Formats: sequence, C-alpha cells, structure tokens
Amino acid sequence: MRNLLAFIIRYHFLLLFLLFESLAMVLLVNSTYYQRSILQTAGNSMTGRFYSSVSNISEYLKLRRTNELLANENAMLRQMKGISFLKTDTNTFWVKDTLYKQQYRYIVCRVINNTVGKRNNYIMLNKGSRHGISKDMAVITSNGVVGTVVNVSEDFSWVMSVLNKQTKISGRIIKNNQMGTVVWNGMDHTIGTLTDIPAHVKIAKGDTITTSGFSYIFPANIMLGTIQDFRVEQGEHFYVIPFKFSVDFNSLDYVYVVKNLLKDQQEQLEKSTEVKGNE
Amino acid sequence: MSRVVLVNIARFFLLLMLQVMVLNRISFYGFLNPYVYILFILLLPFETPGWLLLTLSFVSGLSVDLFAGTMGLHAAAAVFTGFVKPGVVKLVGEKPDYDITTQPTLKEMGFKWFLAYAATMTFLHHFVLNFVDVFSFREFWQTIFRIILSSVFTLLFMLLIEYIFTSRKENR
Repeated sequence: MRNLLAFIIRYHFLLLFLLFESLAMVLLVNSTYYQRSILQTAGNSMTGRFYSSVSNISEYLKLRRTNELLANENAMLRQMKGISFLKTDTNTFWVKDTLYKQQYRYIVCRVINNTVGKRNNYIMLNKGSRHGISKDMAVITSNGVVGTVVNVSEDFSWVMSVLNKQTKISGRIIKNNQMGTVVWNGMDHTIGTLTDIPAHVKIAKGDTITTSGFSYIFPANIMLGTIQDFRVEQGEHFYVIPFKFSVDFNSLDYVYVVKNLLKDQQEQLEKSTEVKGNE
Repeated sequence: MSRVVLVNIARFFLLLMLQVMVLNRISFYGFLNPYVYILFILLLPFETPGWLLLTLSFVSGLSVDLFAGTMGLHAAAAVFTGFVKPGVVKLVGEKPDYDITTQPTLKEMGFKWFLAYAATMTFLHHFVLNFVDVFSFREFWQTIFRIILSSVFTLLFMLLIEYIFTSRKENR
C-alpha cells in the first residue's frame, strides 16, 4: 500500500496527464460516434444562448426583420410545391382521398454559429426540439444542401455540415441519372467530391449534381453543385469528380430544416423486410 | 503572489473571449485556424505545480471545446501542451539566470527564447489537435500543411499580443 502511494506520488504528473487525456478521449469518442453526449446537449443550450446574442448583434447589418418575413414566406411556398407531395394514385378512390400526400415540411431557422475552415465542420441553428426539429433531418437552403441535424436541445440544434469527414450523401448526375456518393476531402469549402460513378459513363464539365432522393433524409432533386473537373485514378474503375457546391457555406444565414413526415413508415417497411429476409 | 494569480485569471478569460468571439469566427482560405488561447498555458509561471498545470490546461481546453462544439478535442490537445511544457522549458531554457519568480513572458525571457519556446509549444499543440481531429494518417501531408500554416498564424498573434502588453508596461 505504501509502495503504491509512493508510486502514485512519484509519477503523479504522468498519471494525471494520462487521466486527463483519457477523459478527453472519452468525451471526444462519445461526441463523434454517438452524435454528441448528454453533456454536449447541456453545453449546447448554454453556449447556444451566448451565440444567439453575439449573432443578434452581427445580424443588425442584415436587416433581420425583412429576411425573416421573406424566409417564412418561402417556407410556406415550398410546402405547397409539388415536390413536397408524394403521389398516391391508387385504383380505388375515396371521397376524402387526395392525389397528393404531404411528405416534407420545412422549418425556417437562422444559423447562429458556423465554421468552414476545419476538417469537421458543424453549424448551430436557433431552433430545437421545441420547434419540431429532431435528429436526422435534412438542412437545405434555396441554393442546395447544407447538412444533417445530428443533435437537438430544447432551443437549438446542431447540424453536421456537408463540410465534414463523415458526410456521405447520395447524389445523382441529372443528365444521365447516374448515382454516386458525395464526400468532402477537407481542402476547399467551395469544392466537394462525387465518387462511385463508373468510369464508362460519359460526363461533362458543368453537369448538375442533385440529391437522389434515395435516402430518407433528403428530398430528391435538391441541388448539390456543378461538375468542375473529372478524372479516373490509375487502376480504378470509378471517377473522382470535384464539383462546385451550389451553396456558399461561408455566408449561410437562413436555412430550412426538412422534416420527412413519412420517414418512420419508410424505415419500418425496410426493417420488417429485413427481418423477414433473415428468417 | 496574489497579483500573479489575478493576472493569470484575467488572462484566461480575455484569451478565451478573444478565441471564441473573434478567432473562431474567422478562417482564411479554409486552412488557417489560429488557436491563441494556449498562450494562457504558455505564460503560466515556471513554479506552477504539475497537477495544477495539467488541471488548468484541461479546463482551458474544455472551455474552448464548449464553445466550438468539439467536445474533448481541444481538451486533449491542451492537456498535452501542459504535459510537455516543463520538458520544452528545459529544452529551450538554457538561460541560467532565471529564478523562481520569473515568468515565461517575452519581456522577461527575451525575444529569441520566447520565439523558440512558443514555436515549439504551438507546433506540438497544433500537431496533436489536427491529428486527433482528422483521426487518420490518410491525409498526412494535407494535415501537416494545415498544422504549419495555422502554427505560423497563431505564433504571429501571440507575438502581437505579447508586444502590445510589453510596451504598455514599459510606458508606465
């Protein structure tokens, strides 16, 4: 016992260092893989309040009121557009049946904190679970895709920007309907990369990339960007396609959080099919 | 004694505010992220006991984490910085005449000493920070590039801050 104490006293500097380092690592791992711990949520609402007040000052130059009105109006209009509705034409029609069923709802939010310079970038929004936002909702602007909600507190939500190592969005080249995966290589906040497009497909500079709509998060045909360049690495069978983001991540202000009203239904269907397949 | 403590507490909050309100909000070309808050760890007195040094490093890293939303990232890098501090001082500090009340500031230790000290510490901090953030060696050279550029900027900011404070003291 005495030896143990002597050991601890002798090496207390190193031991304390290891203790703090492991504590930091636990925090880091939890926040990365379990999409931020409870501690972080508590921190969010505290720092969120701070950021809102800072952003309130900086917003003075942006004519707050006018913008808010316009953004609200846009959200309403978008909700009425055909793209937000799922076509449900069946053979039998009931009196109360409608041709279109609402699939997406749009919640307008303000960006109160945002980075573009890091390898993993996140965005904080000024609305949270109280306003109907929850995890795994898409975040877009009128220009295109911004990111995915990864965590919410009561009044704020935390969005993983497309400018992140973990980004994997299913994208599609409009011209020939080819599906690929959008990632970000961490270099330039205006350039993304589309991968997994087979090398035999004909593509050209300037082709438009949009979301495929195959995920339950993003609606289809939301703009991602335009192809800037393309190449096939030696020995590979797929293109590497750098493209210019349609969204300027450095000047985000108002964004829409997209709520997929049919997500549960879609996921449940997939899950029940999987279970049957395993039996 | 109490004056040293007060100065350090004030420095902690001022640097934290500078980091969170100004430096975290700017980024040049997507590569430059100056992290000047570690100046607080750098300027802690030589005689700070080891456990206090590590605890203060952890607290300063964690406070930046809270605002940057990167739980644990800055804490890890800052604790590492605190851990290597005595070693770096020993490595750089061949100056025999520093006594126990001296602080590792630009004014007291001279430009050459401070530059070598701050550059080593900054590079080590940024190295750990960026590699923990990226968490792989796949983008090795890109990360190194990022580390070096950011280190240079952090160092410039530190020297600027140090000069501002030094000249003010001399004017009195």
